[in-house]
Amino acid sequence: MTPARRKRLLLIGLMLAGVGVAVGFALNAFNQNLMYFYPPSDVIAGKAPAGHPFRLGGLVSAGSVQRLPDGLTTRFTVTDQVKSVSVEYTGILPDLFREGQGIVAHGRLRGDGVFVADEVLAKHDEKYMPPEVAASLKGSHDAATGTAP
Amino acid sequence: MWHFFHQLASPRYFYRFAGRILPWLGAACLLLMLAGLYQGLLVAPTDYQQGDSYRIMFIHVPAAWMSLFVYVVMAVSGAVGLVWRIKLAEIVAVASAPIGASFTFLALVTGAIWGKPTWGTWWVWDARLTSELILLFLYLGVIALNSAIEDKRTAARATSVLALVGVVNIPIIHYSVEWWNTLHQGATVTKFDVPSIDLRMLIPLLLMALAFKLFYLVVVLMRARCEILQRERNTGWVRELVEAP
Repeated sequence: MTPARRKRLLLIGLMLAGVGVAVGFALNAFNQNLMYFYPPSDVIAGKAPAGHPFRLGGLVSAGSVQRLPDGLTTRFTVTDQVKSVSVEYTGILPDLFREGQGIVAHGRLRGDGVFVADEVLAKHDEKYMPPEVAASLKGSHDAATGTAP
Repeated sequence: MWHFFHQLASPRYFYRFAGRILPWLGAACLLLMLAGLYQGLLVAPTDYQQGDSYRIMFIHVPAAWMSLFVYVVMAVSGAVGLVWRIKLAEIVAVASAPIGASFTFLALVTGAIWGKPTWGTWWVWDARLTSELILLFLYLGVIALNSAIEDKRTAARATSVLALVGVVNIPIIHYSVEWWNTLHQGATVTKFDVPSIDLRMLIPLLLMALAFKLFYLVVVLMRARCEILQRERNTGWVRELVEAP
């Protein structure tokens, strides 16, 4: 390799390293803003912004979904398997919304600790399988934990 | 072996070599794409949660993979062009940009179409979607910068620097779903673990991914040949080629 080429290669390497470090610092500084949602543990611990809207993400707890008599309002709790937060939402839920499903809700925390959502999105997981496989997986899981399907 | 690569770097030889392998690559790409679409649309079972709407991933996922892959190819060949001043590397870098931009656009559009029924929204500003949008802007920036400079070799050099700066976005896109909480789900296939997807769905996905790779190869070779003719239009061999009956 000629000296000129080595110099150019070194310059490119330095440029890449410099840009990488700069972007790394910037992303680190903006880490909180890049979080799309807060898990319930953070909300309970008071890390979520109080007073203005934020997003809450987690799993819908099994057996927690209640429909209020007005027919549009739904109450459920969102959990990250450690802590859970009650959510109230008035409106149409996405197709994938069900118990045990991951969701992201946008709204604000009311004084009594209930999260009032104005938008609920379903979060899809990275698993893809046919229904019969899901059924047999669920069957073996329920047998192991002793819960009814 | 080295002799072959040295020869290939000469635009004239490359033009002929690419012309000879193009029909074969095109046929292989078509066959793979047909097989992948058949497997994906007719053979693969429906998903337990999403039903049939998940099938858009046979386009979406390969397009998203290719948007990253093409960018890396563009940046690496740009770097080779910068350091060794190989004309062909510059040509490949410049020829790749519009193809990569198309793949990125396709990934964003199919993702939005899938997101509406699945998530309940066309678009969210989460880390994965936003970084992929930035990738589209990087591609557009590369294309714009390249066409803004008159002299082809100067343009290629400026473009390569921009492409190299933007390469920092590639790991961000890939790891965005791990580093931050995003609405977009985590990796299904590209992780150090067993893919969390049924084998009958994985096979068409990989077939389509391979077909997309070949599609890129075919288009980049065609675009590179075109670019070579344009750049070398004043040389003897191009004149001979054009004037030959």
